[in-house]
Amino acid sequence: MSRYEDKEAAVRRLLDTPHPTVPRDLALRAAERGARLRRHARRVRRVLWALGAVAALAFVVWASITHPWEVPPAETTPPLDGL
Amino acid sequence: MREQQRGRSAEHAHRTREFDAFVAGAAGRLLHAATLLTAETRARNPYAQALLTTALAHTYAVWDRLRDEDPYDLARRDLAARFARTAWRHHGGQGGVLAVLSPQERLVVVLRLYEGVAEEQVAALLGLSEPRVRAICARSVATLRSTARRDTGAAA
Repeated sequence: MSRYEDKEAAVRRLLDTPHPTVPRDLALRAAERGARLRRHARRVRRVLWALGAVAALAFVVWASITHPWEVPPAETTPPLDGL
Repeated sequence: MREQQRGRSAEHAHRTREFDAFVAGAAGRLLHAATLLTAETRARNPYAQALLTTALAHTYAVWDRLRDEDPYDLARRDLAARFARTAWRHHGGQGGVLAVLSPQERLVVVLRLYEGVAEEQVAALLGLSEPRVRAICARSVATLRSTARRDTGAAA
């Protein structure tokens, strides 16, 4: 096991090379893109809320006009027996 | 309305300041990890830079919702997941220490050995079982060791 750990340590040393230089404007570009993502997400959230509100309103209007909870009047007359 | 706008721009400035400090501290290490993943070289790593910029942009977008979460951990997870999704397009590397490994092996090696992420977290992140992660790690270590031995043998 310790032999394997030695090998792992050797690979760790292999990975630990000097870091590449970070472009100067990396944080700026990332922040700009992040701000755009935030705005986009906010717009999508607003549109979804608006759609939900419109759907709820439409349902209330439809329900108050058609009263779907009332049993519709019977359309067929029961057969007339016993004559 | 103006009050609200002023509040928002102050919030924005505060967030940008915090984010800049975070990037100044973390970008070097993250870019190194990204460059190892993409198997590019220190001097030329456009794909690693693009990956890191996207991962950092997503970290910025959720900055206010982080609460106790570590932004470094979030950015690293985002970077790894993004690389895992797009790696099939960049199968062979352009040099770099890990170019002999496959993208999945590179992911495991970088997360386990360079970043020191726990085995179960790597397994959860990559959708693999823990024994599988252990096996990939052992195989990659063996490959890297034999390559290093061959290289030093060739140099000698």
